[in-house]
Amino acid sequence: MKILIVDDFSTMRRIIKNLLRDLGFTNTAEADDGTSALPMLQSGNFDFLVTDWNMPGMSGIDLLRAVRADERLKHLPVLMVTAEAKRDQIIEAAQAGVNGYVVKPFTAQALKEKIEKIFERVQAK
Amino acid sequence: MALSKDPGQATAQEFEHSLKDNAKQLVDYLEKGQFGEAILVIQAINQARDRGLYHEVGLLTRALHNSIVNFQIDTTHALEDDADTTRISDASDRLDYVVTLTDKAANRTMDLVDSSAPVVANIGKEAAALRVDWDRLQRREMAAGEFRDLYKRIGEFLQKTETSTADVSGQLNEIVLAQDYQDLTGQVIKRVITLVHDVEESLLNLVRMAGQVDRLAGIEHKKVTPEAKKVSSRGEGPQIHADKKEDVVSGQDEVDDLLSSLGF
Repeated sequence: MKILIVDDFSTMRRIIKNLLRDLGFTNTAEADDGTSALPMLQSGNFDFLVTDWNMPGMSGIDLLRAVRADERLKHLPVLMVTAEAKRDQIIEAAQAGVNGYVVKPFTAQALKEKIEKIFERVQAK
Repeated sequence: MALSKDPGQATAQEFEHSLKDNAKQLVDYLEKGQFGEAILVIQAINQARDRGLYHEVGLLTRALHNSIVNFQIDTTHALEDDADTTRISDASDRLDYVVTLTDKAANRTMDLVDSSAPVVANIGKEAAALRVDWDRLQRREMAAGEFRDLYKRIGEFLQKTETSTADVSGQLNEIVLAQDYQDLTGQVIKRVITLVHDVEESLLNLVRMAGQVDRLAGIEHKKVTPEAKKVSSRGEGPQIHADKKEDVVSGQDEVDDLLSSLGF
């Protein structure tokens, strides 16, 4: 299970990386925005994407749309971990095809639940 | 700030006063047919109006300038042992400094947790292993040779626990110390808030004065309706007072409710 973590703040990437490690996912890579993440996804055989929304360069929602528009990536599970908390934005992300949405600040428990739920669904398919 | 509450008001009154006097004079000259003098009076009225406005614009510009200059406070004493200390002299540098300091503190804290976690995990693991043998000893399932081994291991474990917990305590203290950024960043942010407040006040004065200018000059503006804000794909960042806004969720539970209402 290879996971890409995309966030413009290195501390947040580190927090997510540590939480994923505690959940047993040690194979992770990092990117600081959509522009650098997309080529990594296209060439890196990732199984899961965790992304922030608000980033310089390409935002998380644009990255999500780019992933869904890419023939080889469109089934990649995407979890959004973001401070964006407007109802319209959550609906927008859902319509763009997000698999889970965690608002910051979050707890280790919330992140764990969402990730497990996404994997259950992916495996059920 | 060296500003009256409403600088435009005083000028306006002064101007209206001189306008009244001058108007009487003007009518007087016109009735007497002294058109040359009448035109001079009109010029005087114009000059008085311009002078008042320039004066107010000058005052406000100076106040704005002062607000910005006063903001350059010295924080070097707080950073003495930092080699790359420079005088931080503007708001965005100051806020960059906040970002750097908080980033450093977050990483320092996580480093300390990362180095403490395996120490604690090891103590736990060794204690668990010892307890298995300890239980066997209590059930009298242990041979004398094994007991001697256990005896030695317990001694070693106690000693190791003593030093390990001292290490972890030290690291916990350092985690607390790493939170000292809050004091420094708090001070910087408060300064920036003061600057923003001063600039806002000066801008308000400017707007108020522009209103006076319009009134004196008899200019009318079309009402401008602000464009509806649209959500950009870039995002808006954290929401302040989320619990008081209708269109914002105030936590993960509300996100989950919203998503499940959408069939997630």
